[in-house]
Amino acid sequence: MSQLKTLMKEGVWGNNPALVQLLGLCPLLAVSSTVTNALGLGIATLLVLVGSNVTVSLVREWVPKEIRIPVFVMIIAAFVTIIQLLMNAYTFGLYQSLGIFIPLIVTNCAIIGRAEAFASKNNALLSAWDGIMMGLGFAMVLLVLGAMREVLGQGTLFDGANLLLGEWATLLRIELFTFDSQFLVAILPPGAFLGLGLLIAGKNVIDEQIKAKAVTVDTPEKAPRARVTNLT
Amino acid sequence: MIVQSMYKNGLILTAFALATTGSVALIQTITAERIAEQEQQNLVKQLNQVLPQSNYDNVLYKDCVLSNAPELGPKGPHTIYRAMMNNQPTALLIRHITPRGYSGNIDILTAVMRDESISGVRITRHEETPGLGDKVELARSDWVTTFNGLTVKTKDDADFAVKKDGGQFDQFTGATITPRAVVDSVKEATWYAIQHFDELFEADNACGATR
Repeated sequence: MSQLKTLMKEGVWGNNPALVQLLGLCPLLAVSSTVTNALGLGIATLLVLVGSNVTVSLVREWVPKEIRIPVFVMIIAAFVTIIQLLMNAYTFGLYQSLGIFIPLIVTNCAIIGRAEAFASKNNALLSAWDGIMMGLGFAMVLLVLGAMREVLGQGTLFDGANLLLGEWATLLRIELFTFDSQFLVAILPPGAFLGLGLLIAGKNVIDEQIKAKAVTVDTPEKAPRARVTNLT
Repeated sequence: MIVQSMYKNGLILTAFALATTGSVALIQTITAERIAEQEQQNLVKQLNQVLPQSNYDNVLYKDCVLSNAPELGPKGPHTIYRAMMNNQPTALLIRHITPRGYSGNIDILTAVMRDESISGVRITRHEETPGLGDKVELARSDWVTTFNGLTVKTKDDADFAVKKDGGQFDQFTGATITPRAVVDSVKEATWYAIQHFDELFEADNACGATR
């Protein structure tokens, strides 16, 4: 049980694929211009990650060390293609708005990274859990970044959510404020880099504070000590 | 020894290749029909945006001609759908491209009625700057509806230009290139349709269905 908890902590925070491992930045930066796109790509990546982790874990006994990488690549490519076909068939609008970035999930190093670092050494259940948590961590960063960029760039939230969730989701759209001209930097790629940089900085600040708190609690005050060495 | 391990690894790789491509092929056959249906629905939706359904009674997406006319932009052939009501031609729906946008080609769909008026224009694909050039998209602004009901009177109709160039179309603050490219391209495509209206309706159908 504690292992599951550790995996959860690692995936979502401590070893977050986007904020700490800095993997899969290409889709992350390119697609996070709105919350809807971020959510769509987050879910797709999560599904691929869980699927590939489980499969890699199930076949790990039969795959010799020398050919593991090509085998992992084949498994991941197959999963991405399957997800792409399914999205094309059942969520056509979102498929069109995510466009090229669905096939690009293949190049998301977070996926082969988890296959190699975790799934090839652990059982299917743990690997599935690791896939879910890493996928969640990735999706959360995507969502936060997407929300930041959408609010700053367009003044809305959940614009176009109906493409992903069906017609009812038009109700989700929130118009926070309107501009005469949009804040371009937030929408264009530089905004993604700046936003991610701020998120990483924010995470580090929180980590430092947690650490500082822990240190002050753990170490009782020491008596001041006169320096007696190095007097020359 | 090494030959043996090559043999074994080769077999394992083959097995995985078969299994993965097999599953992709399986999913592909399952979804193929649904994907084709979705694409068709999307096309019908697009066509109905520029030409209301009350204007035709034929299966629009199954009745088209292909054209390589330079007026419709580079990278032909361009598809032209033919709308008919009671077997009488009512409108031409032209897919055309302009390479003169701010970044990349702009794909446009223009419907020209028999009375030479434009029934609707939509931008179907573009890579213009978000917030500036992308106002040609209906989702961003209703600029593109300015075309509705207009007609191109001569080959170089001076009204078909942005206001900056002496025409009747608004340019956007900070983005003149995009609307200028769209207006020019719509003008040329419409003029082409007006000039070749009957000729295009007489040509053989390139989209499959018999009339």
